[in-house]
Amino acid sequence: MHHFKRLAASTAVVLCASGALAQDSITVAIQLEPPNLDPTSGAAQAIDSVLYANVFEGLTRFDADGAIIRGLAQSWDISEDGLTYTFNLAAGVTFHDGTTMDAEDVKFSLDRARAEDSTNAQKALFADIAEVTVIDPLIVQVTLSQPNGMFLFNMAWGDAVIVAPESIDTIATNPVGTGPFTFADWVQGDRLELTRNENYWGAAPALESATFRFISDPTAAFAAMMAEDVDVFVGFPAPENLPQFEADPRFQVLNGNTEGETILAMNNKVAPFDNPLVRRAVTHAIDRQAIIDGAMFGQGTPIGTHFAPHNPDYVDLLANSQFDPALSRSLLAEAGLADGFTTTLKLPPPSYARRGGEIIASQLREVGIETEITNLEWAQWIEEVFTNKDFGLSIVSHTEPMDINIYANPDYYFQYDNADFRAVLDELNATTDPAGRSALLAQAQTIISEDYVNAYLFQLGVATVARAEITGLWVNQPTAAVDLTGVSWGN
Amino acid sequence: MIRFALGRLASLTASLIVASIVIFAVVEVIPGDPAAFMLGVNARPDTIAALRAEMGLDEPLVSRYAAWVGGMVQGNFGVSWTYKTPVATLIADRIWVSLPLAIYALTLSTLVAFPAGIYAASRRGGAGDTAIMGATQLGVAIPNFWFAMILVLIFAINLRWFSAGGFPGWADPWAALKALTLPAIALALPQAAILARVMRSSLLDMLGEDFIRTARAKGLTRRQALWRHALRNALIPVLTIIGLQFSFLLAGAIIIEQVFFLPGLGRLIFQAISARDLIVVESVVMLLVFTVIMVNFIVDLTYAAVDPRLRARA
Repeated sequence: MHHFKRLAASTAVVLCASGALAQDSITVAIQLEPPNLDPTSGAAQAIDSVLYANVFEGLTRFDADGAIIRGLAQSWDISEDGLTYTFNLAAGVTFHDGTTMDAEDVKFSLDRARAEDSTNAQKALFADIAEVTVIDPLIVQVTLSQPNGMFLFNMAWGDAVIVAPESIDTIATNPVGTGPFTFADWVQGDRLELTRNENYWGAAPALESATFRFISDPTAAFAAMMAEDVDVFVGFPAPENLPQFEADPRFQVLNGNTEGETILAMNNKVAPFDNPLVRRAVTHAIDRQAIIDGAMFGQGTPIGTHFAPHNPDYVDLLANSQFDPALSRSLLAEAGLADGFTTTLKLPPPSYARRGGEIIASQLREVGIETEITNLEWAQWIEEVFTNKDFGLSIVSHTEPMDINIYANPDYYFQYDNADFRAVLDELNATTDPAGRSALLAQAQTIISEDYVNAYLFQLGVATVARAEITGLWVNQPTAAVDLTGVSWGN
Repeated sequence: MIRFALGRLASLTASLIVASIVIFAVVEVIPGDPAAFMLGVNARPDTIAALRAEMGLDEPLVSRYAAWVGGMVQGNFGVSWTYKTPVATLIADRIWVSLPLAIYALTLSTLVAFPAGIYAASRRGGAGDTAIMGATQLGVAIPNFWFAMILVLIFAINLRWFSAGGFPGWADPWAALKALTLPAIALALPQAAILARVMRSSLLDMLGEDFIRTARAKGLTRRQALWRHALRNALIPVLTIIGLQFSFLLAGAIIIEQVFFLPGLGRLIFQAISARDLIVVESVVMLLVFTVIMVNFIVDLTYAAVDPRLRARA
């Protein structure tokens, strides 16, 4: 008995000291702070990282593997012609402010996103919607102007979440959604807190509360993890420190993939990159593994086209652009540039671009291509490279899921203009049967690989460092998200 | 004294007006469209145009400048484009980190530098003087962000006495002070080294003056002369340095705020610049300019209090 008392007392002390509070709350760090909390306007990924699946939900959603699963829509029927989608909404769903979520809210959200004055950063997702009709409070019908095989996928994006007219005016600072966590507090610059939604319509999450912190400095990130100030770091910014965490029994490291195809973009309308021979020469001059090892500390998977390797429809086209400097030089000679040429290489801030850029510059120098490197901030990059198309080469990771369609837009910054490719994509959009879609996607990947539009480098990896006891974290990032629904402290 | 103060006040106002024009002009010519940045690479041109209109970016420059200055005069700093929060609220939140951090660091550096400088001056050429001057050389040479990392390594990761960063807020003053301790030490070290050197050399200059010789001739010991006569006169250059250091600590703690991920003014400016949140950049920089000018004004008044000759000259 005496023994038992002492044991109980010491257990109590331990629980008070650290355990009890820590077991149902979690501190998650990500690199960037969301600029505001409205996922339906503004492109910042950090907004989705914090809120997607936690606070806001859409009709459909991405699961941890990137598959499209049910969200607020529990089932749907698609008409024969592929033009009418009838969604059956989950019953008994309320927003965090207590108001009911029904078909009117769905209509409001979709109409708002596609409106004339909409500031939705992904307005193209809603472009094919002709009309949204409320059938009854739990049934909503969406009519498309043309068949769109991507429609359910589009509705899973963070930009397509369902919001309420009652709370829309203050959404940027006080987000009100239907998700398993409610927004509690945001100390701008420092942390954002979520608490469990006790009235959640679906399965209740294990965590009582979650705190997000924003740490972009690699050294600070390392220190915060090591000092156990944060429990999870999604998108750990210092890949060079990962082996140290892997060796430490207190931590686990999850190496996942993202939807980020990292490319060396070439300006297809500007000489000498308007010549396919030159573009091909550039791709053969590049040793992808050297870039992955040197710039990313081994994090990343080589790609031979603009498509995610973990997608079942991926076609391995690496053979089209093997590292072969001799071939590269002879292609340049064939293009009449035996003496090489000089071009610009404009780099946005992420380390894949800044570190990768130095390696690519030296690899290109080997075949006679000199680059003038300019480091740009994102805002400058968007203006100079993306909007004004004033560049020769640039490195950027295209993080939107399934974005091969950017090659169908001749005004897109790398200015690829191929009517055959556009025809394939038009057919793809109109096709809903899976086998037909796979064949068309393979065809699309092959065209852009054989046209050497850009030099496809690698699929961007993402490392999550977490305390060893934590389970249920997403390994991959099919969309920017830190989905806490299934996360818990082990047993 | 009043005429002196009024004269200073007039030049202060002129400085503020010039500063506001320069800040506005410089910030507006930075390349990078804020609306295009916020909406990212998939945005359609009509969406960007809609956002530009919503942000008031389609108004002419002059009317935007007038609106900005007019607002500030009435205490309205505008609303942040990215945070969608009044800039005044953002500043008010951040100042409660930056101001206490600056005061904390300045207090630490003064507490170390004054005794060290006075001691070194009074033992000129001795072992104590050599040791202190050696230490200050090191203090000036060590970059504060490196020193900060070493502090984190020792006190947060190994000893676990402090958190590696972050700020819990002032609800618990003890926890807040604790969170600011490592950053304050990191900031204070180079400041203390500089201040100690200035203190020492300024005192030594004074000790060579005629009035000290007179004081010694009247029978004061070297130490008595130092404390009663030299110190007061040696304070003027020291005050100048403290004034400069305070302004630097308030505005220039950006790197330390990054290392300790503190939600201070430096980090706010840093984030606002990369997000092209121009209204925040303009207003915060203007506020910092205002603070620096005010601190200099106060330092000028303090000079006058310490040295009556300055009053007469004005």
